[in-house]
Amino acid sequence: MSRTLIVHRAGPNLTIQDQGRPGNLAFGLSRGGAADQLAMAEGAALLGQDVTYSALEMAGMGGEFEATENMRFALTGARMPVSIDGVRIAWNASHLLEVGARLSIGAAEIGSYGYLHLGGGFQAPETLGAQSAHLAAGIGGVVPPGDQLSVGADGNGRQVGFKLAHDPRFSGGTVRLVPSLQTEFFDPKEIERFEATEFRRDTRGNRMGVRIVPEGPGFHTDTGLTVLSEVIVPGDVQITGDGTPFVLLSECQTTGGYPRIGSVLPADLPRVAQARAGDVIRFRFITLSEAVAVERNEAMRRKGLGGKVEPLVRNPHDVIDLLSYQLISGVTAGDDLERGAS
Amino acid sequence: MNQVVSTETMAWPRIRTAGYDGFLVSFADHLSEPANRAALAFRAAVERAGWSGVEETSTSLVSTYLRFDPNCQAHDQMQAAINALLATHDWFAADLPDGRKLWRVPTVFGTNLAPQLEEAAQAAGLTVDQAIASISQSQVRVQTIGFSPGMPYLGELPAEWDIPRQTTLTSKVSAAGLCVALRQLVLFPVATPTGWRQVGQTAFRLFRPDQDQPFVLRPGDEVLFEPTSPEKLEAMQKDANGGASCEVIS
Repeated sequence: MSRTLIVHRAGPNLTIQDQGRPGNLAFGLSRGGAADQLAMAEGAALLGQDVTYSALEMAGMGGEFEATENMRFALTGARMPVSIDGVRIAWNASHLLEVGARLSIGAAEIGSYGYLHLGGGFQAPETLGAQSAHLAAGIGGVVPPGDQLSVGADGNGRQVGFKLAHDPRFSGGTVRLVPSLQTEFFDPKEIERFEATEFRRDTRGNRMGVRIVPEGPGFHTDTGLTVLSEVIVPGDVQITGDGTPFVLLSECQTTGGYPRIGSVLPADLPRVAQARAGDVIRFRFITLSEAVAVERNEAMRRKGLGGKVEPLVRNPHDVIDLLSYQLISGVTAGDDLERGAS
Repeated sequence: MNQVVSTETMAWPRIRTAGYDGFLVSFADHLSEPANRAALAFRAAVERAGWSGVEETSTSLVSTYLRFDPNCQAHDQMQAAINALLATHDWFAADLPDGRKLWRVPTVFGTNLAPQLEEAAQAAGLTVDQAIASISQSQVRVQTIGFSPGMPYLGELPAEWDIPRQTTLTSKVSAAGLCVALRQLVLFPVATPTGWRQVGQTAFRLFRPDQDQPFVLRPGDEVLFEPTSPEKLEAMQKDANGGASCEVIS
């Protein structure tokens, strides 16, 4: 039998995702790709493979899976309860899925997008050089229950049982943005108020973007109403007609006529994508040169994640707070060490 | 960053940053034919220049966008290169791109396929017949491709078509639907909610992700929307080009 992941149960929004398709802006196609690119880097680090391998993005809810061959896998992004044949295993870690075992992934406990990475990645058909589904463009689609996903050969070692510390980005927080082409259309007082305002992520949101609702009145610009449609990039914060900001994500439209007050740094976009309805988001403008430094450091940090993976099972001598662990039943939630970190 | 700039006094072209890794070179703040040509020509020149660090270019109606790797070229270096290239030409006098095509696209105007024709005609102060004649006899040009994959903004229609978009959205215009506002036509690649009024329906597939040439139209191409009947259009759904034909015009 071919190397396949059988999908027995599927949440409503499972899609194959990768780095997307940059370079098609001139034809009206946004780059798409995983909503949380940091999670993609974490999955690659946990499995010791390249960040370009595709993964299964699970919006809000996971599913139940079975492998036709032993497969290494890793779980990243929004933490979801996960078990193999009923035994809880750790999130943000790599494991082995043995032939015939059932991998069950539940609803997100914090955050919005969880990821299932496989050693060798998925082998979905490529369109315009990428496997990722782009729902808004009609490329690919959601993975339905009953699907059998082809999985690539895992040429990169056999090791599993590693974890990465949780990067806290799953419940909102402050995101940095740079002034962009239309920032100057807003009165400086509006910019100040924008930075001082607490926003809550709305229930309306998807891979195209998320609506965020300000505490207090919306934001307005006089020139904004007559702004000509201009290029949009992921991260742009567009102020819609009623003054409510919308942060655009990887599957956004490529041009738009609403004025944009600024553009969130790619490094902070996972925090926006992962926030759940009701989570608080704040914005802070930084300068372009600060942004370049932030992005450079973040790129280096992501490249270095491979060096940050640690074995899941720790030597008891290293565990200082041994008495706080549940040792008697032999099975813990598996994420004791991570809890509280995010 | 916090200066409110009066658009009347700005000189064109104008360079702004877009996001942390992009520049936008705008040739006007309203749509004009010379500014549209300038944006297309300048983008072509940037592509030809082959600057290291440039990762992607595109055009919007009156602007050229350039995305680059700021770790490869610093912002001030990139801006200096843009300025130097801008100084080499009068971009407003540039020719349209080579290899442009004229597409003739069979279109059903009105009927239940395009229910807002009458409303749009009324907004333009025309009868339905005058509206069909006006749109179908206007050879419009692809000013830009954007919003969704392969989607053209086409213009410019006669002045009476300077009608606003609707304040409330039409919940769904079907794929290949032809819509009007602001002296422009748009043709939707996929079914979409929109504030533009639907006046026609075509069978023209604008985005073909499964083919070698997934995007059919290029900026600078011209289009004639030729009236046909719902029955004929239905028969054309089977045709790869939805009954459309094309010829090279430059």
